[in-house]
Amino acid sequence: MPAWSTWSSMAELAVLSGGTARPPVRRANWVPYALLAPGLLWLAIFFVAPMLTLLSQSLQEGSVEAGYTFTANWQIYVDALQKYWPQLLRSVGYAATATVAALVLSYPLAYYIAQKAGRWKNLMLVLVVAPFFTSFLIRTLAWRTILSDTGPVAEFARATGLTDLLQALALTNNDSLLSSKFAVIAGLTYNFLPFMILPLYASLDRLDRRLVEAAGDLYATPWQGFRHVTWPLSLPGVVAGTLLTFIPATGDFINSRLLGNTQTVMVGQVIDAQFLRVLDYPLAAALSFILLVMILALVSTYVRRAGTEELV
Amino acid sequence: MAQHGPGDLELIGLTKSFDDFTAVEPMDLTIPQGSFFALLGPSGCGKTTTLRMVAGLEQPTAGQILIGDTDITNTRPHQRNVNTVFQSYALFPHMSVMDNVQFGLRRRGDKDAKRKAQEALDLVELGHAGRKKPNQLSGGMQQRVALARALVNRPDVLLLDEPLGALDLKLRRQMQIELKRIQQEVGLTFIHVTHDQEEAMTMADSIAVMNAGRMEQLGDPAALYENPSSTFVANFLGQSNLLAAHVTGTAGDGRLTADVHGHEVLVDAGRVPAGLRDVWLGVRPEKLALGEGNGVNELKGTVSDASFSGVATQYLVRMPWGMDLTVVQQNDGSARARLGDAVTLSWDPGHEFVLDSAQDEDAGVEHVVVDG
Ligand SMILES: Nc1ncnc2c1ncn2[C@@H]1O[C@H](COP(=O)(O)OP(=O)(O)OP(=O)(O)O)[C@@H](O)[C@H]1O
Ligand SMILES: [Mg+2]
Repeated sequence: MPAWSTWSSMAELAVLSGGTARPPVRRANWVPYALLAPGLLWLAIFFVAPMLTLLSQSLQEGSVEAGYTFTANWQIYVDALQKYWPQLLRSVGYAATATVAALVLSYPLAYYIAQKAGRWKNLMLVLVVAPFFTSFLIRTLAWRTILSDTGPVAEFARATGLTDLLQALALTNNDSLLSSKFAVIAGLTYNFLPFMILPLYASLDRLDRRLVEAAGDLYATPWQGFRHVTWPLSLPGVVAGTLLTFIPATGDFINSRLLGNTQTVMVGQVIDAQFLRVLDYPLAAALSFILLVMILALVSTYVRRAGTEELV
Repeated sequence: MAQHGPGDLELIGLTKSFDDFTAVEPMDLTIPQGSFFALLGPSGCGKTTTLRMVAGLEQPTAGQILIGDTDITNTRPHQRNVNTVFQSYALFPHMSVMDNVQFGLRRRGDKDAKRKAQEALDLVELGHAGRKKPNQLSGGMQQRVALARALVNRPDVLLLDEPLGALDLKLRRQMQIELKRIQQEVGLTFIHVTHDQEEAMTMADSIAVMNAGRMEQLGDPAALYENPSSTFVANFLGQSNLLAAHVTGTAGDGRLTADVHGHEVLVDAGRVPAGLRDVWLGVRPEKLALGEGNGVNELKGTVSDASFSGVATQYLVRMPWGMDLTVVQQNDGSARARLGDAVTLSWDPGHEFVLDSAQDEDAGVEHVVVDG
């Protein structure tokens, strides 16, 4: 369309002129780096160094008794993948499911707290983080009680036919809720929920309600207003929340151990066992490293996609 | 009920209260289709609240809103063919200027959205800025984008909440002319909220002056200026000299005599509300002549201040009873008075307006903040 082309070339002109309009002021360039230095040092000592140790450990051979020697044994990665790919995939699958579930649960809640709660806002935020006052382990153990066969939740699920539905979806194996896929995913969702709610809350709290009003004024239905204004403006919170949930959930080993069965073993559980019980350090290190690379790959793809979506 | 046309906007007893605070007192108003209506009033008097009710963004506490015969009181904002230029602009920060302007058209599935949006941007002289994000624009540019975004939809009623407040004088005048042209060409109903009384008077077909949630007066600009119905309107719309006067008798020729601090003046009988004796006699500064006098309605005083502004000179003339009267003399070549000169002020009977003296003479006076 001709109108389009003139418009775009004019816009380019504008961008160009905007670019040249900026005066070439030189500021002290070292300040940001100086401010960054402590953080970089921290990363180097507590992240990069352990990562390299882990990598080198995974390439060693030997035993606890005889000691380990570095043999550049890359074969261990092939073995680890061959043996434990189901657990790796399962971890990603469970974590992704739990992340989506947490997002669906958190978004309305965060929206409510940020935009409607008024003077109850602070109380509700305290309630959101209240579970953190007890340990992760205790909270997960509590879920065993909550989901136990004789508990009200299970009774309710049986009464409403929810158990049948879960069974049909292969999320549980029988009438009970515990020791199932369902329980593991529910536990993950629950445990990382605050990590989802808080960033969502932060970005929805910043959201200018007048923008949503403006969308309504410009003929957007409430749903369209959400789709075109609220959602894109809350994306930073969505990205932060999903990362904060997905990453620790993928490596988690407590939920699958306490709430799952032998068919729901996640890779974190395998690593835990290899490190602490089987004492096969190279294998555990290799699995850790695979998990790390996998998460990094998934996360960077995701962030890149979310980044472009924001620009649309 | 007043007769009304098919697209008239009609407010019937429209009221808005926030908790126990009434922001808008029951308001009855008919705005004819295609007219340029200005809402004028001091900060916090309820202008924005009124617009928000018309837009559907605020639920009225009581009353009705009609466009033609359709009651839109209980419809959602997106169902109303009404658009707003928000006081805060409310541009979508994550969208380009172009997408902002297209937003309304897109929601309605307009196939020609891009071309129309480009035209609207050209109209506000931002044709080149379509790809920029709102935060890359200056305040005045953002305001023009907000204007384009609302105008492009050609709504039945366009609500403008101080749409030109951030523009410099030149651009402001230019946009005023542009707005007026668009309004006349397209025949949209404009409701224009402004602090700028000159803007209201030059642009609007009719003006409503609001004060503390109440509509003080409604009328065309000349009527409001020549015949303010309250001291608030008299002081808020332009300047007024309010003289305490007492009606003493009739003088024939349709005139009454009145006493102003011991001076007898003549007043048009038609301008005095029936039965009123103690009144404020209002005379606009430009209606006062400085010089020889005209034989009637003369007051003598001394010049206590003179400020020359090119086209005119504004004097303050101290009256014997201590009051300063404001006089504006056109720079038409006549001799200028100097500070301390004894002068005679006069005005023609009929050039005054008369208000009940029970009203506060300072109502609506804009308090000027003096620096230092
Ligand atoms: N949501 C609200 N809750 C409580 N009071 C409100 C609310 N919105 C407006 N008000 C009050 O209603 C009154 C009118 O406000 P409004 O915004 O309509 O004023 P305005 O005439 O537009 O003023 P300005 O010229 O400064 O924009 C003000 O006293 C304001 O404090
Ligand atoms: Mg306002």
